[in-house]
Amino acid sequence: MAYVELKNISKIYDDGTKAVSNVNIQIKDKEFVVLVGPSGCGKTTTLRMIAGLEEISEGELYIDGKLVNSLSPKDRDIAMVFQNYALYPHMNVYDNIAFGLKLRKFNKDEIDKRVKEVADILGLSESLRKKPKSLSGGQRQRVALGRAIVRNPKVFLFDEPLSNLDAKLRVQMRAEISKLHKKLNATIIYVTHDQVEAMTMGDRIVVMESGLVKQTDSPMKIYQNPVNKFVAGFIGTPSMNFIEGKLNFKDSIVFVSKQSKIDIPIMNEQIRNEKNNNKEVILGIRPENILLNNRKEESGRYFEFKSRVELIEPLGSQMLIHLFFGEQPMIAEISGMESVDRESEISFYIDLTKVHLFYKENGKNLLSL
Amino acid sequence: MKKIFIHLLLFVIAILTLFPFFWMISASFMQDGHASVFPPRFIPDEFTLTQYQKLFERLSITSNFFNSLFLSVLVTVISLTFNSLAGYAFAKYKFSGKEKLFNVLLSSMIIPSQVTMLPLFLMLKSMGFINTYMAIIIPGLANIFGIFLIRQFCLSIPNSLIEAARIDGANDFYIYIKIILPLLTPVLATLAIFTFLGTWNDFLWPLIVLTDDSMYTLPVALSNLMLEHSKDPELMMAGSLITVLPVIIVFLALQKYYIKGIMMGSVKE
Repeated sequence: MAYVELKNISKIYDDGTKAVSNVNIQIKDKEFVVLVGPSGCGKTTTLRMIAGLEEISEGELYIDGKLVNSLSPKDRDIAMVFQNYALYPHMNVYDNIAFGLKLRKFNKDEIDKRVKEVADILGLSESLRKKPKSLSGGQRQRVALGRAIVRNPKVFLFDEPLSNLDAKLRVQMRAEISKLHKKLNATIIYVTHDQVEAMTMGDRIVVMESGLVKQTDSPMKIYQNPVNKFVAGFIGTPSMNFIEGKLNFKDSIVFVSKQSKIDIPIMNEQIRNEKNNNKEVILGIRPENILLNNRKEESGRYFEFKSRVELIEPLGSQMLIHLFFGEQPMIAEISGMESVDRESEISFYIDLTKVHLFYKENGKNLLSL
Repeated sequence: MKKIFIHLLLFVIAILTLFPFFWMISASFMQDGHASVFPPRFIPDEFTLTQYQKLFERLSITSNFFNSLFLSVLVTVISLTFNSLAGYAFAKYKFSGKEKLFNVLLSSMIIPSQVTMLPLFLMLKSMGFINTYMAIIIPGLANIFGIFLIRQFCLSIPNSLIEAARIDGANDFYIYIKIILPLLTPVLATLAIFTFLGTWNDFLWPLIVLTDDSMYTLPVALSNLMLEHSKDPELMMAGSLITVLPVIIVFLALQKYYIKGIMMGSVKE
């Protein structure tokens, strides 16, 4: 269908605030790209610039190789699904879906055929004569999807489409949208603040913060190799634990924090750069890399420390343990089968092959130079 | 007990309110002089249409009725069109000086209409519109209260609806016709009642700008009737009924929307 390219795109408002700066993203044909970030990071503004609802202050936007900066939304051949569904309240489901086709002067039979096809895919056939008011949240969201699909556009834009749904429905619709993507072979740009949605749905994720793209990669690569502390903390629930300290090069690399000295096995020679000696750094450990048991045969791989169990949050298959590393609160995620007593003092093991190191000054990963 | 008392009170108030109307209707069907006898009669002894005959045959009230109807409908339609366009623009479009312009318009609402009558009259005179219907229509083209009312209502329409329509391929005018106007129905109905009532009941301005008998609107004609036939209460009541009837019909027809319009905004859907 289509590829989309954002070249140095910026949005500067009249009052001088820069909502988005120098965004560069290449979106391949049939790719599902998720823009994710905390609120106010510029992800929605970026999407609205792609849609043509917001003027592009600087930079170039290409759809299928064609510069579309000055094209109006209707001429960009895109469809957008809004957070609040944006259904026309005075029209029934059929007319809502057919609205765009009527405007594009399709003949009646073709409109009828397409609307019914789409209604069939989305399970709306029974509700075609109903007004949006009498539909449930999930059905409304489906109508909004239908209105986008029916036009068979080059690019689909989704603006937090699931955030108005309850948790269960959200999981269900998440899977449906993913299936729909496979079925339609569509290029999709999806905006969300929910990193779970981003991880589960996206072929690639674009993590944004304060108007800047921080990292663009596949979900697992972002999870395993976050370029900076922000991305590391944002992607993954519960989020990564951080410990402040200093690096010291001796025979090995030693991470010195207030609480302890940790010998870090050399993951990458790149770290052993003289300029990193005595650098203030932050050590990041994902909750699942804090264990209750270690395997003795791999000495040096685990760092043992003792902590009181502050709180246990059972999630069924997993449980979250709130603990302290010195004074630093941390969360460990362990199997739900383990038996741990609250308030007890037990040993935890940090898997040192899985830790991340970030510069304290700018949050950058030591490995992503 | 309390409920019965309240209902009783409401009943009494309703009777007191409706009684003059009842008497107006009743008296209009009485013979000459029967309305002013003592003790007063509330129901005509003999039901007669003489008063109406007099009105329509001798006093050519038919043409006054149609003058009023024509002007009220026309002014209502035109002003609804302009008010809704302007209100929509003030609510949803970005243009420089928008807030300032709107504030200037709003602040002009405190100027009493009597103050503007003379300059308006002179302006229309210089345009040569005195003693033409243009003198009624032009000042009624749009009004600030209407623009304000529609703007407030438009503000409650989510932007995403307009944006969705824009992406679907609708141009600005199409969005106005197909999305905005249908959503404005309750407030348009409310405004239609206000405007229609205002124009239909207006007495002073038509009296000033229309000099020809044949162009008089009903209230003006009715006041002439009062001067000439002050001793015929039955005739006057028949004239009054003719004057009020369309207003009641318009209100009843639009009442459903009118109440919706007042209720609007109190509940978030």
